[in-house]
Amino acid sequence: MINAVGREIPEEILKITGKEPFKGNHYFDGYEYKKDGPSTRCVINSEGSKLVENIHEVLVKCGIQDGMTLGFHHHFRDGDYVVNMVMEEIHNMGIKDITICASSLGKAHDKLVEFIEDGTITNIQSSGVRGKIGRAISEGKLKGLAVMRSHGGRVRAIETGEVRIDIAFIGSPTCDDYGNCRGIGGKSDCGVLSYSMVDADYADKVVAITDCLVPFPNFPAHISMTKVDYVVVVDEIGNPDKIATGAAKPTTDMRKLMMADYCTQFVVNTPYFKDGFSYQTGVGGASIASTISLSKIMKERNIRMKFGVGGLTKPMCDLLENNQVDALLDTQDFDLNAVESVINPKHFRISAGEYADPFNKGAVVNKLDFVILAALEVDVNFNCNVVVGSDGIITGAQGGHPDTAAGAKCTIVIAPLLQGRIPAICTDVTTVTTPGESIDVVITDYGIAINPRRQDLIDAMKNVDLPFKTIEELRDIAFSIVGEPERVQFDDKVVGIIEGRDGTVMDVVRKIKKFEFSGE
Amino acid sequence: MINLVKKRLRRTMMFLNAQKPGLIKDPYIYRPDSIILDLEDAVAENQKDAARFSLYHALKEIDYRGCERVVRINGLDTPYWQEDIRCAVAGGCDAIRIPKVECPKDVHRVEEEILKAEKDFGMPEGMILIMAAIESARGVMKALDICEASDRLFGIALSGGDYTKDLQTRITGTGIELMGARQNLIIAARAAKVQCFDTVYTNLDDMEGFQRDVETIHLMGFDGKSIVNPRQIPIVHDIFTPSGKDIIFAEKVVREIEEKKEMGIGVFTVDGKMIDIAFYDGARRTIELAKASGVYKGDL
Repeated sequence: MINAVGREIPEEILKITGKEPFKGNHYFDGYEYKKDGPSTRCVINSEGSKLVENIHEVLVKCGIQDGMTLGFHHHFRDGDYVVNMVMEEIHNMGIKDITICASSLGKAHDKLVEFIEDGTITNIQSSGVRGKIGRAISEGKLKGLAVMRSHGGRVRAIETGEVRIDIAFIGSPTCDDYGNCRGIGGKSDCGVLSYSMVDADYADKVVAITDCLVPFPNFPAHISMTKVDYVVVVDEIGNPDKIATGAAKPTTDMRKLMMADYCTQFVVNTPYFKDGFSYQTGVGGASIASTISLSKIMKERNIRMKFGVGGLTKPMCDLLENNQVDALLDTQDFDLNAVESVINPKHFRISAGEYADPFNKGAVVNKLDFVILAALEVDVNFNCNVVVGSDGIITGAQGGHPDTAAGAKCTIVIAPLLQGRIPAICTDVTTVTTPGESIDVVITDYGIAINPRRQDLIDAMKNVDLPFKTIEELRDIAFSIVGEPERVQFDDKVVGIIEGRDGTVMDVVRKIKKFEFSGE
Repeated sequence: MINLVKKRLRRTMMFLNAQKPGLIKDPYIYRPDSIILDLEDAVAENQKDAARFSLYHALKEIDYRGCERVVRINGLDTPYWQEDIRCAVAGGCDAIRIPKVECPKDVHRVEEEILKAEKDFGMPEGMILIMAAIESARGVMKALDICEASDRLFGIALSGGDYTKDLQTRITGTGIELMGARQNLIIAARAAKVQCFDTVYTNLDDMEGFQRDVETIHLMGFDGKSIVNPRQIPIVHDIFTPSGKDIIFAEKVVREIEEKKEMGIGVFTVDGKMIDIAFYDGARRTIELAKASGVYKGDL
């Protein structure tokens, strides 16, 4: 069946998953449903401690068995130890057929490949699967289907009961013996625990794992004790050096600075750039440089930002320090400055649901004016691919890409025209993550393309001296430099789905196969 | 046949290692006026053939979108320079940069090889230009003769690193060690009516020092500077491009001179400055420079 972005979704996949094909961003607008709820074991005693000796003991107490679904967050990013620690123990206990429902997985979790290969893990649901896990899935080693979701989509899946988490593990920089978790104050700070809030609300069993036990009450709690069953203290929950990097330095790469300048010039010439605007950006060099140059123009024109959202980094926190923004809404901290800024009274922690869930009564992304994103590929219909590399291997993560792109009034994607000798602007993306209807502007080092759906933006840019081109022209320039690549060849077997934020199927990921040259 | 682009905007001439496809595939994106595809110092001894291979294909395949393509060949004291020229000419470069030029004969030898290659490869004869890099005390002393050595020669450039070694000093960042060479070269170039380019500034951590350096050579009359990193380009272009104020003044001067000439008046004031016919060429040059830089919106 062909979905709304022109992708073929095999009937068999729709049957197995019980999902519908993607039908457009607003297909479920106004939809009503009843939320699913976890089972809750009451604690009405004065034993006063939920401490459990070790991971093994807590797994026994939680009744770990074959076929369970486990929840994890990725606030520790490349420095996470929690997932591997828990899965190692599960593996040693001989448990099989586990579904991992993580907010994301990355290079820190390369070890899980051996557990995939031996059947300990048979299903993975994650925003992304960077590193060796991505390759293993692309090679067809995962027994079940990989489900790639956005941050908002994960919350939706859990709330609706589509996914029921049996045990959620919340790595917590500080925790008291009764389960009050905070993302700061320990030795492996990550700032916030936004992605695990939905796990705490909906998982049947919730385990806090910490390397810094603090006296009760660890308030104000980021995750409340009322939702936590057990607490385990370990030596290390993560590598602080890899959790939050030192402040991302502004790029000196002229190409990125050029694109950043285009982005800033575009933003300030839209009708949305006025006092009280809202803004979100990523961690890429060009995005950061654009934020810095935007802040200069804000100062010159006396324009304040009402709120910034993210994924936060130093430049956004500097806006708060310099009193150029009224509030920061934080779902994740990418660098040490962002972690340290969490204690600022105008730096608000929000859950992933408040941030981006499409199935609640309205999330922050719906109030966003600008979002600046990146992409691996963009096609002539403005569809973006942020998950599957041009070589067909799963390599990236949805993150909040589809959520923010759908919500923002002006969605800008910055991508160099060529990634090495691979065109980033192409005729059809390898895999669709974010539909073209969400993307308003594509900025490359060779020029800027505005989505023809946005005549208002085209009109706003009429007298602006920027190198505007059509998306087809950009594609043609890319092909004229590197040639038009042959399409990646895939096996028929579907190894994963790209789930739309509303639970529909945006695209499928097939097993890679060795390229066959014609004439072989 | 005379190459009509002998005199063109060359505010920035960016060095690139001809052997590195990643660097030479699209440097035009940074908008230098010229690029120098280097077969000499950037390329290791045992990679000279690979570099030529890369150079030839780059010249043939890549549309450099208006950037002048200069090839720096190896020195005339090496066994490589003749094949370098053949490769560059066959590829269709715009100009050859000769390193370590010390006398007109160096230019003549290269000119002969270029002509031979143009004939061999069926290229229009006389199209490919030459620039001479001066890298020694002797070269500086012979600058005027070098400038006048060939019709193909569009300009000379100072190569400060080797030059200061020859003087038995070093690059200090103050410019004092380059003073004599800079002055001599700009004088010689102007006397011969060719262009003059300053040496590279390699300390990329000191952009303020770089800016001061460029301001100095601009005031001295240089036409442009050799560049080693795209970050340096906007700074040079900014300094070498006439400002709005300069352009307005130049327009006034040109108009006033033409008007006053009609009235038989030779000396007058513009904005409080004494102006006579001697200012005409300079004012026109400012407007031409503004046009070439893409900032002129007037009608002169």
